[in-house]
Amino acid sequence: MSQNDKDVFARRGFLKGTAAIAGVAAVGTLLPSTGALAQQAKLKVGLMLPYTGTFAQLGVAITNGFKLAVDERGGKLAGREIEFITVDDESNPAKAPENVNKLVQRDKVDVVIGTVHSGVAMGMAKVIRESGTLWINPNAGADEVTGPLCAPNIFRTSFSNWQTTHALGKVLKAKGHKNAVFITWKYAAGEQMMAGFKEGFEKEGGKLTKELYVPFPQVEFQALLTEIASIKPDAVVAFFAGGGAAKFLKDYQAAGLKGKIPLYGSGFLTDGVLDAVGDAAEGIETTLHYADGLDTKKDKAFRLAYAKTFKLQPDVYAVQGYDAGQLLAAGLDAVKGNVADKAGMIKAMEAAKIDSPRGPWTLSKSHNPVQDMYLRKVVGKENKVQGVAWKALADPARGCKA
Amino acid sequence: MDFAFFLIQLLNGLQYGLLLFLVASGLTLVFGIMGIINLAHGSFYMVGAYLAWSLSSLTGSLTAAILLAIPLTVVLGMALERLLFRHLYQRDHLYQVLLTYGLILVFEELRSLIWGDDVLGVAVPALLNASIPLTENLSYPVYRLAISGVCLLLAAALYFLIQKTRLGMMIRAGASNRDMVQSLGIDIKLIYTLVFALGIALAAFAGMINAPLSSVFPNMGSQVLIICFVVVVIGGIGSVKGALAASLMIGLAETFGTVLVPEVAGMIVYVLMAIVLVWRPEGLFGGRA
Repeated sequence: MSQNDKDVFARRGFLKGTAAIAGVAAVGTLLPSTGALAQQAKLKVGLMLPYTGTFAQLGVAITNGFKLAVDERGGKLAGREIEFITVDDESNPAKAPENVNKLVQRDKVDVVIGTVHSGVAMGMAKVIRESGTLWINPNAGADEVTGPLCAPNIFRTSFSNWQTTHALGKVLKAKGHKNAVFITWKYAAGEQMMAGFKEGFEKEGGKLTKELYVPFPQVEFQALLTEIASIKPDAVVAFFAGGGAAKFLKDYQAAGLKGKIPLYGSGFLTDGVLDAVGDAAEGIETTLHYADGLDTKKDKAFRLAYAKTFKLQPDVYAVQGYDAGQLLAAGLDAVKGNVADKAGMIKAMEAAKIDSPRGPWTLSKSHNPVQDMYLRKVVGKENKVQGVAWKALADPARGCKA
Repeated sequence: MDFAFFLIQLLNGLQYGLLLFLVASGLTLVFGIMGIINLAHGSFYMVGAYLAWSLSSLTGSLTAAILLAIPLTVVLGMALERLLFRHLYQRDHLYQVLLTYGLILVFEELRSLIWGDDVLGVAVPALLNASIPLTENLSYPVYRLAISGVCLLLAAALYFLIQKTRLGMMIRAGASNRDMVQSLGIDIKLIYTLVFALGIALAAFAGMINAPLSSVFPNMGSQVLIICFVVVVIGGIGSVKGALAASLMIGLAETFGTVLVPEVAGMIVYVLMAIVLVWRPEGLFGGRA
């Protein structure tokens, strides 16, 4: 219950916060600017994130993380105050071009931060590539964004789908598993994670016996669980998220497969669902670029500050939002807040070494994080870090010609 | 696939089919018999699941939660019928679509305010929290079998209520000629209120009983909505028997489809619907229930 109370509180707090920012902005435009006070105009940051629907919580976490990065710099980036312009993209790909155009054309923002849903990100990419606006993507993992669609003005502070499962090949090999079955939803993210795993596993000499697909977003797994039981692979690797992940973990246990055929997954399989699934996830190992119990100074400080400011525990999405703020700050600092010097900013961002709660990372040529992939194990309600599954893993950025 | 696994898949298909019937039964009543297009059906399913979560964490028992929640949903259904739906019976279907679409948005936002956006879990009742081993590495959860039993009971009860009781007779008569029934001195308004409330309660009940299996999460209602309409359309509008047959057909088609032809698993149900509609536009049991 308390978790929920907090969520409601945080949501309200967030809404109030945005209202207050909007109010301040409105008042600001009404005041006559006197010569003495004249200074650089506010930096316009467009937040295009889901604030309603299934991914609402992720949108809020990213926003909080970003704002925390700004707060830590005294509420300013490179000495410039920030004006936030928020658009709720509803995780609706059909509205993505229209929504991003609002920010780019109407509000003429200096930088766009967004979004969660990969389909929406693909819609944004086209508009952003044409307008040349600076874009920092704090989540959506579609391989294409830093692959065929890559561009000098497109950055990502999260992951590519390929990255989240690629390291699992090594992990399975080390455990002595020679063959595996991959199960996921039949949609772009699922297929990309499957491909990432397959490549990594086959490089280690493993064999992907079968690819099992559930139509998205269905959650009836029984038929495929029966098939897994009849195939009897050494291991099962899965990617589902949210409610689908919770149901899959429970069904896997209820079908008696847990403990007989070990289950691994992309970290999203066990993120944000541990309260819901009870002991069904206990002991499951996954790979992701963030974990509980990293025990670094930076991570501890970040978790403490986040919990204090927002009365919420941070998650991987908050980290990605926070790093989006840090990356933007690195670019702005280099040009002393002069966003007109876009080339200078991009150069500085490309060279930035981000001191992230997840551990330090840099950007690849295609502007995707080169980062450590952690092996995590579900212990109680935490995804406890077990070690680094792959040091400084870079996305291959296939198709990126920029 | 050897014979043992074929039998297990058959069981999976039947079990899934019965689950679909449970979820769609409320819609069969409201859409099939009253002729109301209720897009918010999934929302009531979701409300049921969230109530089950709230009340079972409060009372510590899913059974108690269900017993408490059913009267609540009946009252909710009656209130909605009195306040909103009653005014739309004489109007075009489009008005119902608008109203019920609006209700989806209202219920989603209320859900977010009251319960937040987390994925929540409901524990399987201790008595049913066991599995029956089928092969060396596969077992079948008792709770799923129990749900199948409940679904069969419910199907029988609904069939009996509508086909064999006096109330059912009035409901059917009201469905075919509302004015005539009213002039015979039957309080058709009350009957409509009851049927609507029953439909809502069934949707919510499905959400409650399914909560331990599916978990409880935002937008869970929209996931089941489309398949519910498919069940009602294939089964034939207004037929409980048809809905049961359609649910089982879909359950089997989807189970075997996912395993045998995974490439097209996502569209099997709709192909099935298209075939049935070409062959019998009124649905399997439509027009003669």
